[in-house]
Parts: sequence; structure tokens; C-alpha cells
Amino acid sequence: MTASGRSNLPPLSLHVPEPRFRPGDAVDYSHIAIPPAGAQPRPDERCPAAETQPLCFDLIRVLGEDDRAVGPWNPGLDAETLRRMLRTMALTRAFDDRMYRGQRQGKTSFYMKCTGEEATSVAPAMALAPDDMVFPSYRQQGILISRGYPLVEMINQIYSNRADKLKGRQLPIMYSAREASFFTISGNLATQYPQAVGWAMASAIKGDSRIAAAWIGEGSSAEGDFHSALTFATVYNAPVVFNVVNNQWAISSFSGFAGAERTTFAARAIGYGVAGLRVDGNDPLAVYAASRWAADRARANAGPTLIEHFTYRAEGHSTSDDPGQYRSAQERSEWPLGDPINRLKRHLVALGEWSDEAHEAMDAELVEQVKAATKEAEKNGVLGHGLHHPFHTMFEDVFEELPWHLKEQSEQAIRERRIKWPDWSEDEPWRAS
Amino acid sequence: MLEEAPVSLSDAPTRNLNMIEAINDALDIMMERDPNVVVMGEDVGYFGGVFRATAGLQKKYGKTRVFDTPISECGIIGVAVGMGAYGLRPVPEIQFADYIYPGLDQLVSEAARLRYRSAGEFIAPMTVRSPFGGGIFGGQTHSQSPEALFTHVAGLKTVVPSTPHDAKGLLIAAIEDNDPVIFFEPKRIYNGPFDGYYDRPVQPWAKHADSAVPEGYYSIPLGKARRVRKGNDFTVLAYGTMVHVASAVCAEKGVDADIIDLRTLVPLDIETIDASVRKTGKCLIVHEATRTGGFGAELSALVQERCFYALEAPIERVTGFDTPYPHSLEWAYFPGPVRIGEAIDRLMKA
Repeated sequence: MTASGRSNLPPLSLHVPEPRFRPGDAVDYSHIAIPPAGAQPRPDERCPAAETQPLCFDLIRVLGEDDRAVGPWNPGLDAETLRRMLRTMALTRAFDDRMYRGQRQGKTSFYMKCTGEEATSVAPAMALAPDDMVFPSYRQQGILISRGYPLVEMINQIYSNRADKLKGRQLPIMYSAREASFFTISGNLATQYPQAVGWAMASAIKGDSRIAAAWIGEGSSAEGDFHSALTFATVYNAPVVFNVVNNQWAISSFSGFAGAERTTFAARAIGYGVAGLRVDGNDPLAVYAASRWAADRARANAGPTLIEHFTYRAEGHSTSDDPGQYRSAQERSEWPLGDPINRLKRHLVALGEWSDEAHEAMDAELVEQVKAATKEAEKNGVLGHGLHHPFHTMFEDVFEELPWHLKEQSEQAIRERRIKWPDWSEDEPWRAS
Repeated sequence: MLEEAPVSLSDAPTRNLNMIEAINDALDIMMERDPNVVVMGEDVGYFGGVFRATAGLQKKYGKTRVFDTPISECGIIGVAVGMGAYGLRPVPEIQFADYIYPGLDQLVSEAARLRYRSAGEFIAPMTVRSPFGGGIFGGQTHSQSPEALFTHVAGLKTVVPSTPHDAKGLLIAAIEDNDPVIFFEPKRIYNGPFDGYYDRPVQPWAKHADSAVPEGYYSIPLGKARRVRKGNDFTVLAYGTMVHVASAVCAEKGVDADIIDLRTLVPLDIETIDASVRKTGKCLIVHEATRTGGFGAELSALVQERCFYALEAPIERVTGFDTPYPHSLEWAYFPGPVRIGEAIDRLMKA
């Protein structure tokens, strides 16, 4: 029975995307085209955006199967810089592991790891100037760690404790760090994209030399903000770098629900006349090189760039997610682009600049470093154990000044507190709460 | 907290301006005073805006401070948030308030929350100017009054001027404010006050006392109402176009109303409202927006909570109907003299 009754026409059918593998399925990634490292051309940073079009369907790779860095995109970093990159990624992973455990132990409500995606935040952060403004999404803790932001401050935020600079107002990991040129993270996805363009436009209006960079996942590239951002960026030739971290999964929705069955995310750039690069997101040197190319392009007033980082979300979306419910466990082990930390480690070993022993020692040292920071932060309290910010701070910063209606509501809140805990004191809010 | 006559202005020479000219003057003064003020929006640059509010500004301040934007309210507000984070003081124009919805997430989830969620590290010191309200045969997409959507949001200030004098002073205060301000300009009274009688000739602002606009810089603090007329029969709470309509109906009926122009909805001048209703014992609330969940409901609740024992009659709420603003029947929608007159009659009989 068709609705129209025009039975001589073939019935229309709706395509609802379906991922290739579900729990229990054997995984075969042979459909993913992986070109050899070093084979991708590297145009000049100031080239017309159209010259990058082939790179939107390619995959920029530097680290080859033999662990050597090859081709025009090889950034030629010295061993010291490579070891710093390796250490920062390893520290990010050690931090994630510890915070994940902390959430499971009840020290906080929520956590999000970036396991397997460390290169997509650490390498761009190293390619940018330290005062370039970053507008991250929720999985770019590697930027803060790259920029030397104190782990203790991050943990204070995750625990929403009395030392949390954000006063316990934000969901764990939604950092804000102005001194690290790190914009406040929003839980509303992709809103930071046009904001980054606005910051970049302001920098250009003022004749500054700082640029902006923004991150989203492939899933939220479906938001209208993405379109607004790319449109404004191309209209005003804004000095901004757009990163799309294509980690294949948006919670349980595979990248097909953002359009990946039809084209690449880098190719979105083409329609806007923006330069586009598609990069092996698990190759830290390729990510660094592409980020550096885009940053140099922006800084030279040559225009914005969209970089798709083709990677894999090795773990769940967050501590509230169980990926075993919707995807095959084999996906992680079979991922054809490997692990970014392991790849950089093997490269350094191949160069004769690193060893398994040195790596093990580093990992052990990083575990201790994170443990020490965690202990330090725990002195300020963990979530739900009372050591939070004074109660009245809840009403502050809604506006610059407290208007009468918030004053009244603040008084009511304190009254409620006194009714429930007669011994409660505003000076020691943790004593009876 | 009533500001009857701003003494600091008593010596300033005045010019008779309409509301558009007063807004243009405020923008000009703030762009001159603060190099971080930038103006952007659809058609605001070379052309000077569809209502001419930004006329001449691009020529004076250059294309990087006054510029046209893509037709993308999400983008306009989104980039304004980023510009504010950089340290600029953006004044985006949304061409019609009816077009503001694509920018709503950036206003509600971002601009309004930036200070709170970053504990003051980042702020959104933007003023979103937007013509609003009906009575110009704008149909349902050029007539809406969506102020209640914004007064409901923690972290936004909402301002509605009703005269050229106030439009200039309030806009300057809004631009200087470090919080995001929604500045709704009642477009029916851009060129002249409107008494609600659409079939009578339009009066220009020049004949109205409040078109005398002091030259140079002055600001009217956000959160302070203006007493339009002192009286004892009942209190009128109104803003924007409806200040003039309600005043005209009261005059026509010869009632002794205490008429308060709220000017700012958030923060609200509760002291002035409170004092007036305690004095008169009766309250008439008038707005052009749809009724259900409108700002009048908030006003009514506040008056009831604070002045219940002083009230001698049910609070009257006169509003637009809960329909889209119809094109051919816009005056049937509009809360005009008949609807207001009925409410006044009920209050006077009570």
C-alpha cells in the first residue's frame, strides 16, 4: 500500500545508515584506503584553497610501516621535541587512566578519556604558538597538558572541590584556563566553532598576530554552528584553524550519521572555499605537520583551514557509556592506523633516540607524577564529600553584579541550609553538608 | 530608585531626534569613545541598516569596525561571543527580533553562561540590538515581541526603550555593561510615538517632549524605571510602544494613573513597582507580546507576592492574543485602546 496510490512508480526507500560492525562481529577494515606514508603532496601554505582539494580525499601520513618519517610533510622535528611530544601524550594517557579510576571510585561524577586520540590535541598544541587561542571540545585535555597547565588544577576541576577555579559549576573536564589561552568548554556541541571565528576576526581587526583554533568531533559537524563558522571564516578570511576529530563514533552513532558514507569531513571545506587537509590522526608527525601548515597559513593572512583527523575512539564516549553495547570489541584491536603513542615511540626507537627501557621508566614516572597531583588535589576534597566552594558562590557570576532577585534567592538558599543543618556556617560550609 | 530628571544632563544642549537618530547617535558616541566597540549585522555596513540605525557609521569608523555579515544569526551571535572573549565589545544587530531564533543557542547556552561557567575568566559584553514589535504590517515574521524568551534566561539583561531620550541613554549603558544585553527597539515608534489609534495621522517625534535628546555622552542605568505620569487611581506597568498607547488611553479616559515605563525588564526596578502599587492598590500590566507565559505573567506574580495586602482589585493584564501576529488583522491582535479601555473600566469600578 503506497500513500500516493501511483502504483506505476517504484516505491521510495529511506536509507538509515548502519555501521559495518556490531557487537560480536568480526572486523574487517579493508574498505579503509590507507595510502603509503610520504606519498601526499604538500602545497605551499599560501596556496589557493582549491589546491588542497585532492588532500581532502587523501590521508596525509608521515610515519611509515618501517617507523621512519618520510615525505614532504615530515616536519623534521629534533629528537628532543619528539621525546617531549611522546611524553606529553603518555602523560595525557596516564592522567586519563587515573581520572577514570577516580570516577569509578566515586571521587567524581563523570570523566572522558581521549585514549587513542592523544595526537589530535597534543601535536596541534605543539604546532600552535602558546598564546594562540584554542576553542576545544571536551576531549582535548592534551592541549592543557601540552601547555603545562597544572594537573592539580585539572583535578580540582574534575573533583569540583573547594580549590576548583570554576567553583564547582561545570561538569568535570569542562575546563576553562584563560592563562593557557584555553577557552571555557561548553557542553553544547559545536558552539565554539563560530566563537573561534569571532576571536580570530577580533585578532585580525586589532592587527594582532595570534590566531584561533577550534576542535569538534565529526558527529557535531552536523550542527548549524559548523556551517555558520565556515561561512564567516571564509567571508572574512579569518585566521582560524578548524579541527574535526573524526574518531568514528558519536556516543553510539557511527560517523555515517554525520555524512561519512558519502564523503570525507575534510571535503566539507571545499564548498566553502576553505583549505582542507585529511590527516592520519594516529600519526603525531602528520598531525603536527598539518597543524603547522594551517597555523602558518592563518598567520600569513592566507586563510582558514579545516583539518580532518582520521582516528579512532579507543574507549567509551565517557564514564557513562558502554561501547560494548553497540560496536564490536575488535574494532580497537583491528584499527589499521595503530596507536599514536606506540607509533611515535617506535619511531624514536628506530632513530636510536629511545628504548623500551626508557619508555617503561617514563611511564612509571608519569604514573607517579599523576598520583602525586591527585593526592595534592584530594586535599581540597572530592565531589560529594563536602569540601566544595562556599555556598553563596552559587549566585555569583550570573551577572557582574548581584541583582535584587538573586540576592533574595541567595538569602532563601541560605535559610534552607540553616533549616536542614542547624549547625551550618557559611564560613565553614563543608562542616555540615 | 526613580530617575525623574537626570540632573547631570540639565545643562546639555538638546536636539530633537527620532528614535533611530537617537540610537545612531548612541552608537556613534560609543564607537568614538571605545575602540573596542564593533557593529555588525545584516545590511548594517555601507547601506546603514534597513531601518538606518547604523547610517554613516561605516564611513566614519571603517569597514573593520562596522560591517555587513552573512545571513546567519547563529554566526552573528557566535562570532560576537568570540569577539567578546578577545576583548572587543560587539554590538550585533539582528535585523528583526523574529530572526533571532537561529542565534538562540549562542545567546542562551553561551553568552548568558560564559561568566558563570568560567567563573569570570571569560565574559560576553555584547549588546544585541533588534527591532521588535508590530503595527507596521510586518506579518507574523516581522512583528513579534519575544522578550519573555530572554527574560527567562539567567544571565541575560533585557532592555526596551520607549523614547529617543531613553533609547540613547539606555543603549550607551547597555554597550558599557559587561553582561550580554538584549536591546529590543519597538519599531512602531522609531519615527514617532504611537497612541494606539492606527487610523489617525502619525505624529512625528519632534512634537514630543522626550524627543529632546541631550548632545554627547550620557547613560541611563539599567534596572531603573521611569515614571511617565504620577497618579493615584491605579498603576500602569508597560514598556516600549505600549507606554504610549496606555498613556493615551488613560488621558482619554481622564483617569489619574501612575504610569511606569519599566525600561529594563531584567534587572527589574522592583522598588518603583512596589512603591507605586502600594500607593494605588491597583495594577494594570500592558504588553504587546502574546499572553501565555509573557513577561506580564512575571510582573503579575511579583505584584501579587509583594503587594497582595495593598491590592483592591484583581491585577489586570492586557496583552496580544496567543496567535501568530496576523498580517491583515494585525490591529485585531494589537492590545489597543479598546482592550486597554475595558481593563481600565474594570479597575475603576472595583
